[in-house]
Amino acid sequence: MNIFITLLLICGLIFFTGGTLGILRFPDFYSRLHPAGKLDTFGLVTTVGALALYIAFVQGLFLTALKIGLIIVFVFITSPTATHAIVDAGVRAGLKPWTKPSSGEDQT
Amino acid sequence: MRNQSQIDSEKRTATLPFIITFVIMIGFWLIFSGKFDLFHLSLGVVSCLLVTFFSSDLLFPTGLKTDFLACWVRFALYVPWLLYQILLANLHVLRLSFHPRMMALIDPHIIEFNSHLESDIARTTFANSITLTPGTITVNVSAMGRFTVHCIDVASGDPLPGEMERQIERIFKE
Repeated sequence: MNIFITLLLICGLIFFTGGTLGILRFPDFYSRLHPAGKLDTFGLVTTVGALALYIAFVQGLFLTALKIGLIIVFVFITSPTATHAIVDAGVRAGLKPWTKPSSGEDQT
Repeated sequence: MRNQSQIDSEKRTATLPFIITFVIMIGFWLIFSGKFDLFHLSLGVVSCLLVTFFSSDLLFPTGLKTDFLACWVRFALYVPWLLYQILLANLHVLRLSFHPRMMALIDPHIIEFNSHLESDIARTTFANSITLTPGTITVNVSAMGRFTVHCIDVASGDPLPGEMERQIERIFKE
């Protein structure tokens, strides 16, 4: 069980690292939101899921594990909503999305 | 006479959402408090009754449809499929963000398509599912059912609306 939990934690850390790297590397506001909003969601599921498993099966506190599980449910509802709100704010402010320079002529 | 029976039927339809809201509330209370003695349970019942009294029409604003239970079951069956899609798409974005030639691979663009989902809840589920699967973010949903979606590359925007819309259509039976 401990090995499985450690594997989940490592997976989550890889996703978080990828998300951070993506925020830094992607070219513009909109594409940066992709790793920010989503890789974090999955990193959170794996790390927090590992925590819930640890508390449920190693420490035997099922109720606390259930509460931690609820965090995942709420993040799954709020995270896309928040991402959408940020994108919508960008569109309303009139920010143009970055497109590839080479394919810019035939796309616009 | 007819007026009276109308009021009666409205009352009857309002009881079921009240009960369901109360059950959900008391469930959350039990999980969050974690204490099962008489004092905490009675506190929970009183406060849940109060909250239900104020806000049972917020959780079910249009009243209950007849097959709402089957709807929840179908939604629960949809969640594993969505999780699998999220995993696949997450791996895709993860590969993109670690890839040394990332700028050559991505091609951010905005696509638009019409959806024939009618109800608000179906559209909300669809828009949130699109945003949850990485590579695509719902920018806007118009009142006519026109979705504007920002995609990180061509491959992630390709399957829309497609399979996901069919799944959601099946959940809400439109």
